[in-house]
Amino acid sequence: MERNYLYPLQLSAFTLSTPLGAGLSATLDALRAGRTGLKRCDFLDVDLDTCIGRIDGLEQMPVRAGLAAYDCRNNRLAQLGLEQDNFIAAVSAARQRYGRERIGIFLGTSTSGILDSELAYRQRDPETGALPKSFNYAGSHSCYSVADYVQQVLGLAGPAMVVSTACSSSAKVFGTAARMIQAGLCDAAVVGGVDSLCLTTLYGFNSLELVSSRPCRPFDADRDGISIGEAAGFVLLEKAASKIDPDSIMLLGVGESSDAYHMSTPHPEGAGAQLAIQAALHAAGLAAGDIDYINLHGTGTKSNDAAEDKAVFNVFGGATPCSSTKGATGHLLGAAGVTEAIISALCIQHGFMPGGLNTEHIDPALKSAYLLKNKQQKINFVLSNSLGFGGSNCSLVFGRAMR
Amino acid sequence: MKVFVEGVGIVGPGLNGWQASQPVLAGTVPYVEAAIAIPPNDLLPSAERRRTGIPVKLALAVGCEAIAQSQRNAAELPAVFASSAGDGDNMHNIFDMLAKNGREVSPTRFHNSVHNAPSGYWSIATKSMAPTTSLACFDFSFVAGLIEAATQTLANSNAVVLIAYDSPYPQPIHEMRPTNASLGVALVLSGSKTDRSLAELEISINRNNKPGTSIANAELEAIRADTPAARSLPLLTALSNLSLHTNRNSGEIYFDYIAGNQLAIAVRPC
Repeated sequence: MERNYLYPLQLSAFTLSTPLGAGLSATLDALRAGRTGLKRCDFLDVDLDTCIGRIDGLEQMPVRAGLAAYDCRNNRLAQLGLEQDNFIAAVSAARQRYGRERIGIFLGTSTSGILDSELAYRQRDPETGALPKSFNYAGSHSCYSVADYVQQVLGLAGPAMVVSTACSSSAKVFGTAARMIQAGLCDAAVVGGVDSLCLTTLYGFNSLELVSSRPCRPFDADRDGISIGEAAGFVLLEKAASKIDPDSIMLLGVGESSDAYHMSTPHPEGAGAQLAIQAALHAAGLAAGDIDYINLHGTGTKSNDAAEDKAVFNVFGGATPCSSTKGATGHLLGAAGVTEAIISALCIQHGFMPGGLNTEHIDPALKSAYLLKNKQQKINFVLSNSLGFGGSNCSLVFGRAMR
Repeated sequence: MKVFVEGVGIVGPGLNGWQASQPVLAGTVPYVEAAIAIPPNDLLPSAERRRTGIPVKLALAVGCEAIAQSQRNAAELPAVFASSAGDGDNMHNIFDMLAKNGREVSPTRFHNSVHNAPSGYWSIATKSMAPTTSLACFDFSFVAGLIEAATQTLANSNAVVLIAYDSPYPQPIHEMRPTNASLGVALVLSGSKTDRSLAELEISINRNNKPGTSIANAELEAIRADTPAARSLPLLTALSNLSLHTNRNSGEIYFDYIAGNQLAIAVRPC
């Protein structure tokens, strides 16, 4: 088959804010130092024995002036994310080049601003049951709220939508953007994801017995669940410029699949994940042996890591270095895909592979080449996996513009 | 973007499948308002089926109806799901539990709370490992889904099923997001014409500020304006007119979209 002409697309600007800190340099410093952003749960009055990746200061942070109707934790986090790494200026320059209606917005979130609904349900009118009048559905709870907010902050007017496929959401937006650009509906796209802490995910994952009491330990023999975090990441994607910086980071391929197995448990053989990995490699026109490093979904649950290991081993064998960065960031759910996409870009730019944190004894049943220590090495190609509830899988391939 | 419609599915209040709905939408049979009757679907095991809410039942019913007309294999078809809010009953129950002491969220309710729950159940029911995506764009979720589905047919040279559904929230959240009808609609779209093609759609995004196309029947128009998935009804009306020969002329339909954009669709006979 011929190589898919959706790619390459250039990541002409990107920014990331996670429990490791706001902006790329904070992210890079923490990854290099092997520092985790996870700590004992101190979110609201949550009484679970777990660790979380909470971003400090969101409780006091405003949304942008004039957009008070969108005020909620998720959109505050979006605002914090947009303000880092001169991202807004980069989008403004793109707006000058293309026109505001020619730049699309495709963002992933799993829970949007539903924390506002959770808190509003505590304040129902004792007689009528009504929610407080201050509650604004469209600006907070609505699944589309974050794309609406970001579009207004960036002064854009192109096509927009939210992809909400649980933990693969902000990986799949890269595919949506590539198709929209290919179809000529926009010339560039702001893609990314924003997901913020809320009680539904903390108590919900706890009810499934998928939450660890310790900072999560992906690929450890004694791994016992996830640590939930929050993050915002954004990427400006556009067609490659004719004169391109050889160190530019390119999106080379996206692969998507479904498990068709279970709503909250991955296919035990990793069959869906394997299909997504192979589709991404095919789209990129690369062989498994071309990939220098794999950023795993690696949540730290028994079932995810076992299934993903089988998928990775089946495609790559046991030689390609891989790790999960969730020991550092926590599981960022709807923002996990873009977080790990941007970490992949940093790995290529700075020539390093982050060792997985918190893991003490790699599970002998897992056969992939899991890294426990950082490794410095030139990297040309990275594959990043995102695997979500409902069996929604997405793999992304990134590479350096000129090798 | 040029795509071809190979199958249509619909279930809503007084709209019981594509066959029965065509004369109603074309205006040759009067619209009779009635409670929604979602046809049962036995693709999911009964234990799974009992755990699902209205959105999953809507999605399975209309998706299967549209795919049957296209004579394609559901297990090989990428699927695009679009909904403003997913399962409002389920979210209400979770919020209710979280506001109480103990905060005992049911694990099933939690995994059903993800926006892509219908796509997860769909892939299990149809045994499809093909890609699916699940989109939201508030009142414009059907339009967003149509755009995504059309771009997928171009990118993958493959047919795609678009499944849009919405159902109302219960109180108290209903007061803050007052949509009132449950409705599901599905379209099988392909990038090239086949012997099952019902119509050709030329889809574009513009900023011409034409008013969104409405529906002549006042009751159907009220549903269209109320329920995000029912924003599809002008397109289904045009397809009904084509297939029943009540109006074989090519027509252009306009859909409101976000940020001053609108979607224009020229509907042409095949």
